[in-house]
Order: sequence, then structure tokens, then C-alpha cells
Amino acid sequence: MWKFILRRLVVMIPQLFLLSIIVFMMAKAMPGDALSGQELNPNSNPAELDRIREELGLNDPWYQQYGRWAANAVQGDFGISYTHKTPVMDVIEDRLWNTVFLAFVTLIFTYMLAIPLGILSGRYNDTWVDKTVTGYSYLGFGTPIFIFALIMLFIFGFALDWLPSGGSVDSKVDEGTFAYVVSKINHLILPALSTALIATTSTIQYLRNEIIDNKIKDFVRTARSKGVPESNVYSRHILRNSFLPIAAFLGYEITGLIGGSVIIETIFSYPGLGQLFLSSVNLRDFSVVTAIVMMTGFATLLGTLLSDIILSAVDPRIRIE
Amino acid sequence: MNKAILKIENLTTSFRIGNKYHAAVDDVSFTVAENEIVAVVGESGCGKSALALSIMQLHNKLRTKSEGTIHYNGQNLLKLNDTQMNKVRGKELGMIFQEPLTALNPLMTIGKQIEENLDYHTSLSKDEKKQRTIELLTQVGIPYPERTYKQYPHELSGGMRQRAMISIAIACNPALVIADEPTTALDVTIQAQILDLLKDIQTRTKMGIILITHDLSVVAEVADRIVVMYAGQVVEMGSVKEIFSNPLHPYTRSLLNSIPSATHEKNRLHVIEGIVPSIAKMDRVGCRFQDRIPWISKHAHEERPQLHEVDKGHFVRCTCYKQFYFQAEGDESTHDITQSR
Repeated sequence: MWKFILRRLVVMIPQLFLLSIIVFMMAKAMPGDALSGQELNPNSNPAELDRIREELGLNDPWYQQYGRWAANAVQGDFGISYTHKTPVMDVIEDRLWNTVFLAFVTLIFTYMLAIPLGILSGRYNDTWVDKTVTGYSYLGFGTPIFIFALIMLFIFGFALDWLPSGGSVDSKVDEGTFAYVVSKINHLILPALSTALIATTSTIQYLRNEIIDNKIKDFVRTARSKGVPESNVYSRHILRNSFLPIAAFLGYEITGLIGGSVIIETIFSYPGLGQLFLSSVNLRDFSVVTAIVMMTGFATLLGTLLSDIILSAVDPRIRIE
Repeated sequence: MNKAILKIENLTTSFRIGNKYHAAVDDVSFTVAENEIVAVVGESGCGKSALALSIMQLHNKLRTKSEGTIHYNGQNLLKLNDTQMNKVRGKELGMIFQEPLTALNPLMTIGKQIEENLDYHTSLSKDEKKQRTIELLTQVGIPYPERTYKQYPHELSGGMRQRAMISIAIACNPALVIADEPTTALDVTIQAQILDLLKDIQTRTKMGIILITHDLSVVAEVADRIVVMYAGQVVEMGSVKEIFSNPLHPYTRSLLNSIPSATHEKNRLHVIEGIVPSIAKMDRVGCRFQDRIPWISKHAHEERPQLHEVDKGHFVRCTCYKQFYFQAEGDESTHDITQSR
């Protein structure tokens, strides 16, 4: 098991290397650079800009630039943000934590909804309970997240004014206090709930179908033939088997959320990675863009590994040697 | 004859297709005594498994209804509710399923799956349950019971899995075990071992067994009595000796003819033309086998055929057997089969 994890981590090195080249070249292929915006400024001196470009090494061939960048990146230094004038890691750090918190709370909401609703829907399939839940699922599939999030924002953030409508924390509270934590959580609820209410529908349907598939399996009939009461047939046999694929999916789900959601973060003006990524692309803040893409790529590789580990932990048929 | 354990009377089990109910098990009556193996034979779709599941009450209740009576220990199993039935299932009636890989929970160890039976029907302590489980595994001939206890179904071979399945069925010393094609999914050498094991357990515990199979060689080896089913009905019933030496119903004769013989030189295997009619399209008035024996005149069949007792304990449905009996002279293969055994 440990050998397997180690091997997978070692295999990640060439994968990350390849990813970094592609990301670097694609970022370089963006028209313009961080100084392009300055050319429109009537006060700027084109000769001065060229001098700065030369100084920053922006005129060197790409492989030289890549070499410099990669050597530093390996040491955890992704350079300095052109717009923020601070190290990239400092810019990303706060945003990253915001995104991680949001992802975590979103996951909790998603599963808190999906598990009971999926079980009800699967166990009592084709009854009115199931039809209601399935109806909700279809509605969820069909509703675009940006419309739904706006509606949520309008109702709870504006009309009822129960929850803050933007930001990640109230500016009036001090860091480290209890009120700060409460404010953080308050700001998370609306974006997390909006995402969860839509995202949960696929998990509900997945769980429902797994349960419907599993409850007619032979081993369930065997359990009944042993005189196992119906509630235990579900808890000990049907549900455990139905949770397998969902548990395995958790790894990917986490990755998806770490990448941050541009839409949700923009609507709720939540300072997360997704929002930072979009603004950095617009400003050609090259070092921030590459750092975020590299991190997301790394998270994806870790997520796949996590999924494999979870699956081998819950399914005895899959043992990693 | 020994004391009857299970007495099935006029059992009719119907499945709902659309808004109509169609009988898959139609007016079936027979008894099983203790220390007796009753074989239920017939080809696929004859209602054998439906019969087994009716006895255990394992059908989906929303789509199935069972009428008639199944007497067990002074109670009618069909009248019991789920809670009462759960006290009978596993404890008094055990069941062995056909495909031991799918019939075992892939995520539970063999030990836990056997213990589960003890969980609901005994008040043994944790250690006693484990001890009993190991004992059961030893009884069914598993070579390393301690190790198998901790193994998962996919780690065992087909034969070992079926042995584990048997130990689940007999965990609480049931009075009756229903074995639904217990050897179908296994290869021939393992089949013989499993049959010997069943026979061995039965001799030791004096329990009754309903052995559902389509393999007549299996029947000849272990059974005491045979119930031949066709299209949901019992078409012939009698002792093994009687059925093999004097098969009367054309269906029984065809089945016996279909056994491939190693000693008898035959170029082709005997085939019964046609298929079992589907339950929705079945002719419920006349003889249900008549379409597959067109050479017998329509008049030979009985209107609403009944079971006739032709000899003590030997029943046959429909009068068409008489006609067949005379027409099929020169058909010696049935005798060959009994002789070759």
C-alpha cells in the first residue's frame, strides 16, 4: 500500500514536468504581456517599457524563460506577481484557504442532501417520495448555476437580508476572534449552499440508481433468506455496496472544488482562486496564472490517487499491491 | 414414511405483468418429510425457482401474490407477516442459491456472513458465534476454516463458495433446506462433491431437502422423490425408482431421454422441440405440453387435466400419457437410462 502510494507520487514527477511545459507555453502564447496595458498609458515611455522587458527577461527565448521559472518553482517560488507586486505564493495563499473552506463546506452540504435523499429515493423507488426527489434532480440538472446563484443571492442576501451577499469575511471584525470565525462561516453559507443544491442532484441520482441496482442483487436475497430484518438488509448489505462508487468519486469531487468556481466566486464576490485566476488572465499576470494552473493540475493528480486509495480501502476486491 | 415437515397445498404464485396477474406456480401440492430429499425438476421457466422463493416468501410483494397454504409446524407460512417470517427464514428454513459468487455479499467476510444468521436467531456470545462458524466451515469441508473465516467471497473458488453458502443455510440447524440449483454454476467434479456433502449433512441432521434442479443425473444420485414441473404445474410425481423405471407423462419421458449417456451410442442428443410457454401466453385450460407433442392427437388430452394417482404415491397429470405410452413403443432409451445407473 505505502509502496503503491510512493510509486504513484514518483510517477507524478514526469507528469508535472510535462504539464509545466504545456502550461508555460500556453501562458506565453497569450497575446501581450504584463506590460502591454502600459503601452496605452500616454505617460509611459515605450523605450522605458522595452528596457524593463529586457531587464525582466521577457525578450529571451521561451526555453530560457522556462528554465529560470522551473528552477525557482521547484523550490516553491513562483516569482512575483506583476500586478500585486508581491510574491505569487502570498497572493495565492489567502485565496487558496478561502477556496478550500468553501470547497469543504460545499462538500458537506452536497452529501448532507445527497445521502438521505438518494436513500429515500432508491429505497422507495417509483413512489411519490421518489418522484418528488427525482423531480428536484431534473430541476437541478436543468438550472444553470449562475441563474440559480443570482436568485439565491436576491432572496437570502438582499430581500430577506439573512446572509451577507459578498466577500469572505466582515471587514469590521478582527482576525482571531470568535466573531471572525462566525463571520467567515456566514459568508460561506450562501455560495456553498447554492453550489450544493445544484451539484447534489447528480450524486442523488447516482446513489438512487446504485440502490435500485443493488436491492435486486442475489446477495440481498441471500440476506433476506437468513431472516435479516428489512432495515438491516439496507444498512448492512444494500447501502454499503451502493456507497462504493460515491466514495470513490469523492477524490475527483474534491479536486473539482479546489480549482475554484469562477462563476460562484464572481457572483458572490468571494475572493477565491477562481476569481483570482480570471482577473490574472485579464491582466496577463503571467506568474499567477501558471502557478494556479500548476496547483490545480497537482490537485487533480492527488485527487485521482485519493480516489484509488479510498476505493481500495472500502472495497476488499480492490487491493493495491 | 417419516413425519411431514412441510406441506404445500394448492400453492399458486402469480406475478403482475401490466395490470394482470399470471400464475407462474399453478396449484402445486406436495409434502416434504424429515430425512427426505424431494427433487423438483423441469426445464428453465417451469416455475421451480418461483416455487422455492414462494416457500421462503422472498418474492417482491408488490408484484407477486401467493395463494393456497404452506403448512410448516402448525402455521401457514403465507399468512405470516414479515417479522414472523423472519423468525422462520434462516432458522427453520435455510436456502442455498444457485450462483455462489453473486449470492454472497462481496464486501463482507465469509465469517461475518455466516455469523449474521446466528445474530438474528440465537443468543450466542461473540466468541461462541465465531466458534460455531468455524465449526460449520469445518463441517462443510473447508480446509482452512480459521483462514476462510476472514476471507472475502472473491478469494475463494466456486466450490468453496458454495460450501460457505451451504454453511450459511445450515447455520441454525434448519428443519428444511431448499437448494435452488446448487450445482449448476459449478464444474462437474465439484458438483459431485457438493451433492455428496448435501447428502452427508442430510443423513447426519435428518433434515428435509427440496432440491431444485434440471439435471436428472443429480436427482438419480441423491433424491428420494421427484416432482416434475412443467409450465408451473406438477405433471408427474413419485419415488425416484418409480419415475426412472416407469415414467408416464410425455414430458418426464422427454426429460429422461435428454440425458446424454456415456455408454449408449447416440449420434445426436435428444431435444424437446419448442419452449416452455411464457406465463402471459399460456393456455390455462388444456394440457400445457400438447403443443410440443403434436403427434399425439388433440382428443387424447384431457380438458382441464388433473393429477391421477396411477400407483401408490405415483401421480401423473393429463390422460395423454396413455396414448403416448402405446405410440412410443420401440423407444427403449428410458430403460437404457435406468440400466446405465
